[in-house]
Amino acid sequence: MTETVIHPALALILGALVLPFLRGMPRSVAIVGLPLVTLALLWQVPDGPVWQAHFLDYTVTPLQGDRLSRLFATIFALMAAVGGLFALGQNSRLEVPAAFVYAGAAIGVTLAGDLFTVFAFWELMTVGSTLVLWSHGRDTAYRAARRYLMIHLLGGVVLFAGITGHVAQTGSVTFTHMAPDSVAHWLILIGFLVNAGAPPLSAWLPDAYPEASWSGTVFLSAFTTKTAVYVLIRGFPGTELLIWVGLFMAFYGIVYALLENDMRRILAYSIVNQVGFMIAGVGIGTEMALNGAAAHAFTHIIYKALLLMSAGSVLLMTGRRKCSELGGLFHSMPLTMVCGTIGALAISSFPLTSGFVSKSMVSQAAADGHLLAVWLLLAAASAGVFLHAGIKFPWFVFFQKDSGLRPAEPPASMRWAMVVYAFLCIALGVWPEPLYALLPHAVKYEPYTWAHVLAQLQLLLFSGLAFFVMLPYLKRTLTITLDTDWLWRRLLPAAATRSEAWFGAARQALSAGAGHVGNGLVGMVIRQAGQDARLARTWPTRSMALWVLVVLLGYLLLYYA
Amino acid sequence: MDEKPHWLDEPRNVRRLWRGFLVVLVLTVLAQWLVPLPPHFEIESVFGFNAWFGFAVCAAMIVFAKVLALVLKRPDTYYGKRDD
Repeated sequence: MTETVIHPALALILGALVLPFLRGMPRSVAIVGLPLVTLALLWQVPDGPVWQAHFLDYTVTPLQGDRLSRLFATIFALMAAVGGLFALGQNSRLEVPAAFVYAGAAIGVTLAGDLFTVFAFWELMTVGSTLVLWSHGRDTAYRAARRYLMIHLLGGVVLFAGITGHVAQTGSVTFTHMAPDSVAHWLILIGFLVNAGAPPLSAWLPDAYPEASWSGTVFLSAFTTKTAVYVLIRGFPGTELLIWVGLFMAFYGIVYALLENDMRRILAYSIVNQVGFMIAGVGIGTEMALNGAAAHAFTHIIYKALLLMSAGSVLLMTGRRKCSELGGLFHSMPLTMVCGTIGALAISSFPLTSGFVSKSMVSQAAADGHLLAVWLLLAAASAGVFLHAGIKFPWFVFFQKDSGLRPAEPPASMRWAMVVYAFLCIALGVWPEPLYALLPHAVKYEPYTWAHVLAQLQLLLFSGLAFFVMLPYLKRTLTITLDTDWLWRRLLPAAATRSEAWFGAARQALSAGAGHVGNGLVGMVIRQAGQDARLARTWPTRSMALWVLVVLLGYLLLYYA
Repeated sequence: MDEKPHWLDEPRNVRRLWRGFLVVLVLTVLAQWLVPLPPHFEIESVFGFNAWFGFAVCAAMIVFAKVLALVLKRPDTYYGKRDD
């Protein structure tokens, strides 16, 4: 039976390679159908190792199923389908195929039973995502893609070093639970965290994602960071450091998003913020917390894609991306506004939306573990989500001042994609049981108690009050906020230029000095051994006899002395 | 512009929304008498904890962001178009 199981990731990746040759209706059908076929194949994958092979004396397992793998692979396939629907009108012939290779690679990571396969798909994700970014065709996208690629190749090298170290130490390539107890495991952890958008390299995410096309950012938001959450759940659950890394990310995302003017960069910072909650959950490491992290990754992919779809629609229809140039769009884009607002409510974990049933499990795990500081910080960050994404995004894009723009709603395929995801945001919020049934551990949690709903409403509504009371401080300006990408966009190039100048000068000085010495040497040789020089002259026989005599005398003296 | 003004364009309606919002805020706090909130930690038993905590931390984050901006804010042409 195991021979007949088709690898879902390979199906999607190979299918993606055929896509560029299709046109018209077959292309549209393939774009939406291919991920759904992948989803169907995925649910044929049984638990345990399915594909195994020998490679370099090791047993590799390119296909292996379990609950955690299936949960992440399911949402990745669903994302490829709805993202493909959203991107049907995309002119670029490269973007959707690249996005499907990217999605397929992400699915490949989740179904990998060994670290070699994880690494191979990990790198393929980098290729796919870079091509998605690149396919936008703009100069800014090309440059952002180069920086993005540089960081991810660096992360890949670190990960590979860790994997080889791990294999050398343990003799096994199986992807299993690890602890940061050796250099190799630290390197693996760092490699995973680079893709999660963790400090100090987190700036790659808000730098790159907003430079993709109106549909490209939707794909980019889903896979890389959530695959990182998946490998952390499988590889490093209960690593305490991750709690603090996650909390840092949650607050970093809020503070930077508050200062940001580009609507899609606000949402990019908020990805870091949301992944922070998940990583904190992985760090807490109890069954409740890991369920929370996994469920939150699932719901997050949906509402973040929905938010970026509404932002992408605005970008496509207005050509503008800065909050300071937008506003009042509810007049002519009511559906986009409603869908964007539903996404905003879901990201804020409002009751009856998907965020409410997933994120609260992480907080509950902190409370169950009596981690007061962690619980307080998670509550503060939850309030901050409403502030920076829940209200700020819809307010500045669709309301605030009237910009006078009256763009039409986006084309039907884009509207449908938004409606499907808006429906899922609410459906999962109202009826969380199907999601809970997919989680890696049995769920013993009831999100809808009166006390929980009331506490959450108090927290969120009063953070909303803080937003409107302090609105003058949040007025958008034509500014950016420096981030760690400054290091590789400014400091390192400046250092390289400076050191190049320095080395150039040093080289010049050296070669001048060497030339001087060399010329002296050459002159001396010419003087001594040139045509008419002393050593080239014909010496008279008598002086030869004299010198032989002197040498012999010297020899006699030394011999008898 | 000859389009029909949206009801949200009327300042009167916006004022109504504001009042409605404030009433809801007060109600969520008063509802605590009806729905007891079993505290996970001692600090939660302070009345209206979630309300004042939510407001206070958001205000603090905005202030922190503004202070950070004093140091890290740059014009959005800082990296230019061709300069990285």
